[in-house]
Amino acid sequence: MAKITLKNLRHSYYPNPKGPEDYALKEVDLDWQDGGAYALLGPSGCGKSTLLNIISGLLVPSEGQILFDGDDMTRATPDQRNIAQVFQFPVIYDTMTVRENLSFPLKNRGVDPATIEKRVAEIAEMLEVTDMLDRRAAGLSPDNKQKISMGRGLVRDDVNVVMFDEPLTVIDPHLKWKLRTKLKELHQRVGRTMIYVTHDQTEALTFADQVVVMELGEVVQVGTPVELFERPAHTFVGHFIGSPGMNVLPAEMKNGVAHFYGHPITLEGPVKLDVSGKLEIGIRPEFVSISDTGIEAHVRKVSDVGRHIVVEAEVGEHRVSAILNGQPPEKGDIVHLQFKQSQTRLYADGWLATDVAPETITSGEDAA
Amino acid sequence: MKTENQKAWFFVLPVLLLVAFNALIPMMTVVNYSVQETFGDNLFFWEGLGWFEQILRSDRFHAALGRQAMFTGLILIIEVPLGIAIALSMPRKGFWVPVCLVLMALPMLIPWNVVGAMWNIFALPDIGLLGYFLNHVLGINYDMTQDPVAAWVTIITMDVWHWTSLVVLLAYAGLVSIPDAYYQAAKIDGASNWSVFRFIQLPKMKNVLTIAILLRFMDSFNIYTEPFVLTGGGPGNSTTLLSIDLVKIALGQFDLGPAAAMSLIYFAITLLVSWLFYTLMTKDDLN
Repeated sequence: MAKITLKNLRHSYYPNPKGPEDYALKEVDLDWQDGGAYALLGPSGCGKSTLLNIISGLLVPSEGQILFDGDDMTRATPDQRNIAQVFQFPVIYDTMTVRENLSFPLKNRGVDPATIEKRVAEIAEMLEVTDMLDRRAAGLSPDNKQKISMGRGLVRDDVNVVMFDEPLTVIDPHLKWKLRTKLKELHQRVGRTMIYVTHDQTEALTFADQVVVMELGEVVQVGTPVELFERPAHTFVGHFIGSPGMNVLPAEMKNGVAHFYGHPITLEGPVKLDVSGKLEIGIRPEFVSISDTGIEAHVRKVSDVGRHIVVEAEVGEHRVSAILNGQPPEKGDIVHLQFKQSQTRLYADGWLATDVAPETITSGEDAA
Repeated sequence: MKTENQKAWFFVLPVLLLVAFNALIPMMTVVNYSVQETFGDNLFFWEGLGWFEQILRSDRFHAALGRQAMFTGLILIIEVPLGIAIALSMPRKGFWVPVCLVLMALPMLIPWNVVGAMWNIFALPDIGLLGYFLNHVLGINYDMTQDPVAAWVTIITMDVWHWTSLVVLLAYAGLVSIPDAYYQAAKIDGASNWSVFRFIQLPKMKNVLTIAILLRFMDSFNIYTEPFVLTGGGPGNSTTLLSIDLVKIALGQFDLGPAAAMSLIYFAITLLVSWLFYTLMTKDDLN
């Protein structure tokens, strides 16, 4: 087991990359603490699988280093790195039984038969596949096959990290949550570092203690699920996480006050120095409320999603979503929107540009 | 309302007629010949299973069957592993893929009698490139028209040259269908190259290899044109395979009864071996 450090990692699939657009990974510096449960979250093509393959050693990065407890492993093979990986589609050895499948990684490493038997029994019990041990692996259902793939990663007790590359893709929806909870439970039981790659926010947020959000080959934010939700460091994170995502509204600064569509907006705290570029206000629908005063808006759509009501309103040509409880407005109504001050932030060129206000200023009251 | 009648059978009739003309009637003629004796003038005498008994007890048939089994056995032993080995060493992507595939397909595109004629001239000791090279440059005494061993080496080499590509192409098709994740998982599991072959590549190639072996078995067991053009069954009878012998009996000696019985036995053997092989290879997939 080890702490994994990624230093100035860049990767391009082209032999002679020219501009930044040729890089699948632009510049990644990350630390993965020993024993952590991480998720790597981002849309398809954001570079998360590239990053995963670089950590596992299936890919050598164009630039930068990977350190395991400070030792340079950049050019080490997957075998030397002592890692395990579970793929999108279950990989099992068809001609072997479940037991032989689970023993395979240990056998290849010359572990003695008694230890193999003990480890396999333990893992099988953990994964609830004990009764299938002597069956041919080829005949199993996809979710059981995927469990066996996981098992082959977990059976070695010295792996540095277990990586999951969208492991629930081929699993039936009603079994997904079962395997997901199983994974979480496994992490708590074995205490191994795990990295879970997915484009599904629910999977990422339920599995991980720390979520790494990626977009266009860059890490945009690393944080706990709550941090990602409450204080997105980038409008992309705000957008990508949450349903519906964060409202991102055009803003301009007049005399040091942010304005949206002519209305002055009070932000969570002071704007950072030297803010320039495209300015936007970010506010989650959860923190938009309807009141007697505030920004006038036109209700375009009201949808009842069960636990709450999602209202889509228009301020001029800008769409603002709000999540409400209780009596909803009707479609076509004119309403007044209030933004919760402590959750209203300014973004410059996509990046967070406000600081949390010192205690004295935050009084918690809403402002229009 | 459902109408029930037997009119649908009329739709099957054209196919039935076609199959009758090109298969059933000729086949029944053979059956007819195999149980009768004729002295010409369309006079037939009932012979029962006599011809079958005669063929099954004949040393000549045993010898031809033995040669046939040896030929088929040898080419399978060479072509299957060689085909797999070539398929494994072919590139999986990039510029060289189509080049390799076309090169591999070339021998199979040449008509069979041309293959026989080519190798015949190629191997003649005094004028053929191969024959001349072996005899006059390397000093090996090689003459397929005189020496049975040389004749055998030549027909086996010819068949390997002509048909290994079939195994290569089928095995290659099986190999390229294996997702990368399997190789990556094997690397992570610390599997050796042999394990990758044994536990990933071979099982994934099993179905196409079954077809390849079946096709090569049937084709080589019924082979006629190439050895007929190359050696004509000689020297002596040393390369007289079953089909060559059958044609000799039927058209050379005009012994239609024994020839008919022999061709039915021949057919039964081919069918039986193919069925057994296929059943054994696909047995696991059923449960």
